[in-house]
Order: sequence, then structure tokens, then C-alpha cells
Amino acid sequence: MTRSRLHLLLLIVTGLVMVFAPLPVQLPAPQERTFRVDARQFAYSPSELKVNPGDTVIIQLASADVVHGLYIDGYGISIEADPGQPATLRFVADKPGSFRFRCNITCGAMHPFMIGKLSVGENEWLYRSIGLAILSMIGFFPLSSLVTAKKNEQ
Amino acid sequence: MARVELTRFPLIKSAVKNRWPQLAVLILMLAGYLFAILAGLIGTPVGSHNFSIVFVWIAWWATLILVAVPFFGRGWCAVCPIPLPGEWLQRGAIVAPPDKKPKWLSLRWPRGLRNIWLQNISFLLLALFSSVLLTTPNITGIVLAGMLFAAIGLSTVFERRSFCRYLCPVGGFIGLYSQTAPIELRIKDKQVCVKCEGKPCYNGSADGYGCPWDVFPGGLAKNSYCGLCMECIRTCPHDNIAINLRPFSADLAKPSARMDEAFKAFIMLGSAMVYAGVLLGPWGAMKDAAYSVGTGAWFVYAAVFLAIIFVIMPSLFALCISRFENLTSFKKRFATLSTALIPLGLMFWVAFSLSFVLTNATYIFATLSDPLGLGWNLFRTAEAAWQPMLTSVLAPGQTLALVGGLIWSARTAQKAANEAKTPSIPVLVYCFIATLVMLWLLV
Repeated sequence: MTRSRLHLLLLIVTGLVMVFAPLPVQLPAPQERTFRVDARQFAYSPSELKVNPGDTVIIQLASADVVHGLYIDGYGISIEADPGQPATLRFVADKPGSFRFRCNITCGAMHPFMIGKLSVGENEWLYRSIGLAILSMIGFFPLSSLVTAKKNEQ
Repeated sequence: MARVELTRFPLIKSAVKNRWPQLAVLILMLAGYLFAILAGLIGTPVGSHNFSIVFVWIAWWATLILVAVPFFGRGWCAVCPIPLPGEWLQRGAIVAPPDKKPKWLSLRWPRGLRNIWLQNISFLLLALFSSVLLTTPNITGIVLAGMLFAAIGLSTVFERRSFCRYLCPVGGFIGLYSQTAPIELRIKDKQVCVKCEGKPCYNGSADGYGCPWDVFPGGLAKNSYCGLCMECIRTCPHDNIAINLRPFSADLAKPSARMDEAFKAFIMLGSAMVYAGVLLGPWGAMKDAAYSVGTGAWFVYAAVFLAIIFVIMPSLFALCISRFENLTSFKKRFATLSTALIPLGLMFWVAFSLSFVLTNATYIFATLSDPLGLGWNLFRTAEAAWQPMLTSVLAPGQTLALVGGLIWSARTAQKAANEAKTPSIPVLVYCFIATLVMLWLLV
């Protein structure tokens, strides 16, 4: 096996470890968290919700103008609220990570971009992605010089 | 990887030489384009149920940025219907042998405007109004009609495809990113072109029209300004022009030193980042500002957008590279090294578009059955429910695109730095920081 291939293999293995290795995190005891989320064209308030993995989340959605929905990516659950008639969504945040929530009832022009963010624990995937970006830069120089040297030899 | 000549395969060669297959696709595209204008103007004002929004900004955009540009470069330009009516007026024919006498003014495009600054401006004009454009059918209809009429108007005043070459807001960035594509149109033997009399590829002949893109194929060194219209393959009497499969980003090995192209790279990189924050982020105030065209908030949004693209990002880049002075002029170094931003920008757009497209792709099924939002159900899919697609693989896919883009840029930066005789590290640091920002915005 040539040095460049060995180097590449090492990088790939390190990258896979970075993506799949479990992170040592201490989870606080699950609790019930209630949020009142006000929806209006085309924003939620608050637009960022933070909970811990295992928490029971209660979202009370209140619409100020037209019918709005709230669909959580990754969880695939939703509610909708008419103006003046709040609706409640209750679920256990059993999937860690960062998820967008968005309006799933067509509510006007900017409807496709009516988006909020639910963070369940730390955004591990972001950290792993940053790790991959750092790894790619660290690994790039030696690999690149090996490839260039090999090309020059040929 | 060596180049593979695709046009040596008889099937491909005959499909390219024959005018009819391309014309058939063009006519189909023109029908779709005219229908998109019509749908925008008379269809439902609800964007997510209108053909013009769903098929232009979701279906077409996804095809363009995720498939056509990365793999076929200017492949879209080969079948884009916008120049077709103007060209018909200009030539007085569609498939018949060209008449040498010009039908209209047929002026040369002004020398001072033979660059892509106008394309940079036209893209920015659309970008500043994009929140309205992407969501309001009649605005999309008006813009599509405007582009068609602009192309027709310019065809009657200037020779060849002046709109495509110098004004089209989409063509500018397709040209920039087409340099990364693994496909190219090039001559086979330079000496054949040198000795060729009459240069029919540029001037036209009984077999076809002179290059509509005002390019002499014999001097073609990169994809940016070749629209893959295939006319030169039809007119070359020596069979000296080929379509080749090649390694990705082959054109970037010899970077351009043009400031209009350098700023195109900044415009595209910056726009992807602004869109990721404004359109896909959770900040409602920014969406309000972007959508409320003409208000004070919108002017602040526009000023910040332009400042990011024209001041902040280029200044930071200049600051990065200014520490390593050498014999090359700063301007040339700036333009040459900005080549590294081309693959980075392309992958930023891929990552941004994945999120936008996968979330909204299911609108395509409903709109297919009811394109004007009039309650039709042509293919029994009008009731298809909205459902985001592949949400579990979205974040990994975006990371792959962004980190892959970073590595691709690093390699490009090394080559550009060799040309500019300067270290590549500052450019890599710049690309790395931009990637971290984009990861934070998207993942």
C-alpha cells in the first residue's frame, strides 16, 4: 500500500470515528417543559426552543392572524391553530439534535420560509461537522503533497 | 483521468449534429416557459400551488443546481428557451440554412460592456427581491416575461445571443460554475483551426449558424462562455470539434484573473450565505425585512446584503491575501486566488438548495395536477399532502456537500496559489471560516 493510500485510509477511519463515535454527555433528569409559541405571518415567537433529550415538551401554539401549523422535521408531528384558538402539541423529545419546525398550513406568500428551530440537547451533528471540516484541513496538506509527489514521479 | 471524447460515439454524434432533437427539446421548454408566465399572471396567487413558483423555483432550480450545473456545466443553456424567439427574428429561420443578410440592426455589443458586470448586477437585482420573487406568482411571471422580452429586444439590436452572453442573471453563475463540470466542448487539433479558411464555426456556413455566443471555438480554454449550443459541431468542415468527458474542475487549473469573474464568485458565495440565514433561519425579523420591499427595513436588508457581498467578504479576503506580497500585482492575485471560491460557492448552493428543495418537493405532485390552482385534478395528485422528504439524511448530506466543497476549494486554492506565486494558506483559512459559518447556518 502506498503512503498516500495509507494516509487516505487513516483519514477516512478518523472521519468515520468522528461521525459515529458516541460523545460522552451527561443528561439531566427529564422534565416537562411548556412553551407558548405565538405564530403570525411569517414567524414564530419564540423561534428557538431548547430542551433536553427525554424531556416531555408541551407546545401551545397560538395564531395571531390566519391559520398556522407547526410541523417538526425529524419528529414528523404537527399541530395547527386557528386565530384565537390555541392548540397543544405534547411529545417526548427522544431524538437529540437540532430540528427545524415550520408552518405546514399554507398561510401566505412567505409560508415556505416560516421556520423555527428546536434544539434537543446539544447540536452534536454540528460539532461533528466542524470536526470533519478541521480534519479535512489537517489531512489535506500531507495528502495533497503526497499526491503531487506521486504525479511528479510519474 | 484522461479526456474521453463523447462525440466519437455515433449515437451522440448524430444527436448533436442533427438540429431536430435539440429543437424538439427547446420547443417543449418554450411551451413550459410560456405556461409558467401564464400561470404566474392568471393562476392562483398562492405560490405553493402555482406552476410558476413550484416548477420554476423548486423543480427547475433543483435540476439546475443539483444536477445540470455540477455535471453538465452549461447544459441548461443548450436547451434554455429564452433565446429561441429572438434568434428566430434575428435569423428569419429556425432550421433553414442561414441567410447572410442581417434582418435587424445586428450591432456589435459595446466593447466596454464585454464582461459579466451586467450579469452580476442583474443577478443582484433579482437576489435583492428574491423573497418576493420566490413566493409571489405574478412577480415570477413578470420577471420571466421580462427576461424573454429583453432577449428578443436585444436580438433585434445586437448580433448573436447578447442577452445570454452579457445580461442573463442565471447565465452568469452557470458560466462561473460550469468550469467545475466534467464536460467540455473543445477543438481536437489547434493546427486544423489555424489553417481553416473562413472559420465557419464563428462566421456560419450553409451547415449552420456562426457561434451565437460570439466565441471562436479554436481559442476556447474554459467553459464559461460556451453555451453548448452545438452550432460549431454542425458547421466545422473538418470534424475538429468534440464534446469531452474530463476531470471535474479542469478549467480551474488555469485560473482567470478577471475582476468581474472574481466578484461573481463573491456574489454567489455571499448570496448563498445570506439566503441560508434569511430564508432557512429562525429569525422572523429578517424574513419580514426581506419581504417588505420598499420599506425602511427592506432598505436596511438590501444595504446589509450588498455590504456583505461587495465590502465585507472581499475585504476579508483581501486582508487574508495581502500579508503575502510578491511580484504579482495585488489585483491579479486577488482575482486569481478567488478561483478557489468557485467550488466552495457551488457546494454552498448545493447544501442550501438541498434543504429548500427536499422540504418543498412534494408541492410538485399537487401542482402537476392543478397547475393554475383552479381546482383541477388532471393526474389525480392534486390532493397530495405536503411532506418534507429525506429529513433524516438532509444534515449529513449538507455536511458532505460543505466539507467536500472545502476540500475541493483547498485543492483549487493550491493550484491558483501556484499561478499567483503566493502561499495558499490564507485562502484556505478564508474558505474554512466561510464553511464554518455555513455549517452553523444550515446544520
